[in-house]
Amino acid sequence: MNTPPNAPPPRNIDIKPPMTVGAPAVVVAPVADTEHIAIRAQGLDSWYGSVQALKGISLEIPKCRVTALIGPSGCGKSTFLRWINRMNDPIPGARASGTLTLHGDDLLSRSLDVVELRRRVGMVFQKPNPFTKSIYDNVAFGPRLHRSFRRTDLDELVENSLRAAALWDEVKDRLNSSALGLSGGQQQRLCIARAIAVGPEVLLMDEPCSALDPKSTASIEQLIRELETSYTIVIVTHNMQQAARVSDRTAFFFEGTLVECGSTDRIFTNPANKQTEDYVSGRFG
Amino acid sequence: MHSLGARSPSIARTRTPGEIVAAATPTSQVGRRIVDRAFLGVCIAFTALAVLLLVVLVVSIWQDGHARLSWQFLSSFASRKTEEAGVRAPLWGSIWVCVICAVAALPIGVGTAIYLEEFSKRSRFRSFIQLNIANLAGVPSIVYGILGLTAFARAFGTANSESPITFGQPESFFYLQLPFGHGVLAGGLTLMLVVLPIVIVSSQEALRTVPASLRTASLALGATQWQTTWNITLPASIPMIMTGGILAMSRAIGEAAPILVLGVPLFIRSTPTNLMSDFTVLPLQIYNWSMRQQSGFHELAAAGIIVLLAVLLTLNALAVIIRHRLQRANG
Repeated sequence: MNTPPNAPPPRNIDIKPPMTVGAPAVVVAPVADTEHIAIRAQGLDSWYGSVQALKGISLEIPKCRVTALIGPSGCGKSTFLRWINRMNDPIPGARASGTLTLHGDDLLSRSLDVVELRRRVGMVFQKPNPFTKSIYDNVAFGPRLHRSFRRTDLDELVENSLRAAALWDEVKDRLNSSALGLSGGQQQRLCIARAIAVGPEVLLMDEPCSALDPKSTASIEQLIRELETSYTIVIVTHNMQQAARVSDRTAFFFEGTLVECGSTDRIFTNPANKQTEDYVSGRFG
Repeated sequence: MHSLGARSPSIARTRTPGEIVAAATPTSQVGRRIVDRAFLGVCIAFTALAVLLLVVLVVSIWQDGHARLSWQFLSSFASRKTEEAGVRAPLWGSIWVCVICAVAALPIGVGTAIYLEEFSKRSRFRSFIQLNIANLAGVPSIVYGILGLTAFARAFGTANSESPITFGQPESFFYLQLPFGHGVLAGGLTLMLVVLPIVIVSSQEALRTVPASLRTASLALGATQWQTTWNITLPASIPMIMTGGILAMSRAIGEAAPILVLGVPLFIRSTPTNLMSDFTVLPLQIYNWSMRQQSGFHELAAAGIIVLLAVLLTLNALAVIIRHRLQRANG
């Protein structure tokens, strides 16, 4: 387990030097930054059956920062995301090799306790997927799986999680009504509250706004910015503007390889790679 | 774009889809309407025929049997005198075997469905089991009767049926004997064999209706497969599972053949007191009465059918009510 993030690194750090086409993918981070790295991939390959989805991904994701994964559909960014909490496990034929670590713990190990990993790494999905339970029970579901709580502690946990997800004021009077009665944006914030409630270090978001209207999207984006102080966030998005708005670092995936990774400012204003430039400027993909 | 121009140089430009449609020969609008109407008529006719058959059946049974329906008919045992005969023994026998059947078939059936849908990997073993269950659902119930006779009533001949091993006093509620003989326990378990494939398949269907996104959400929160099944998948599918289960029970309560094969006595003047008690069931009593020569017994058979239909309709209504209740509670 890691220590709480009491000393966040300076903003806009560019951990890796910009990559050029054909350059070897493995780039070792400067030693001084090691403690600020939450997730580190080195030479990560992944297959679905005989189809290779990831080819030698080497990527470092800093602690308590928002990292955006962008790229056209089928480029492997969701596959990468789902290896971080091992949600690829149930997919028949899915396997990975190489190194993927979370604060030094090997995430690809066979002996890894997947249940404990998923407590440390929360996930928010593309479509809001609240359980057909009350709002309260949705948030309390995760904590109850792992620990037994006194009723007052659980109430406090539910309230704080909903506050952290900026939903408390809207639902505090109807905690016992069904979560399905909420709007799409509220449901997605409930899913974020549900993920926060188990006390994760990392939040994975797989296109969290693609099923939402612009207003709800804005509220989720603002929320991501607020959550950044306490959680390492990795977000997959198809929306360039969204990546530019919410993330500190951006990684561009293309056909299973990591083309370029760097501070969001640099990726969007001065990309080192022609493909990245074409993609972020909307010329392809 | 390239090939069209190359093959037909006479066409100056490509025609738009609208122009091609406009140039084609129209089909008969009237003809299409007539076929449409005719098909609707045929569908209605077939539906009406099915309803008509049911109405004829119910009306004719009602005319034959309603005069015999009384509290005395429900509370009397079978008798050689038609005016004293009743369905007390078969009614209670049916209730006993149906409850035993439900208690045995639901956990085993739902458990199997959960294993197949939630836990087993896609393997040869799984498709083998799946294929067998599908086949078992089509096996005639009399075959299950023979299996029940061998397995439950005679314990595969391993023990002497004439002098069974006994536990407790024959008058006690907890009295047991091995092999079971042709008591209500053997009957209920035999019916369990008949309905098990139905319960498994309908439970599987029910589990499949639960959206995968809910399972994923639960697993992503660190729930184990079992926690996900118990807290998310089962509660969401329980209305459908219960409906399937109750419909399977109404199948069980209407079965005569497997019980007949067990060798239950045809004339009984007692209700079951424990799991080893002799019993008969409504369909068997109806069969028995309708085989007699005197018309009085035919009226008794019709009255028995009315009772059986009433029990079936009650069970089906119960299934509908439970489904509505639970759906509202889940919604």
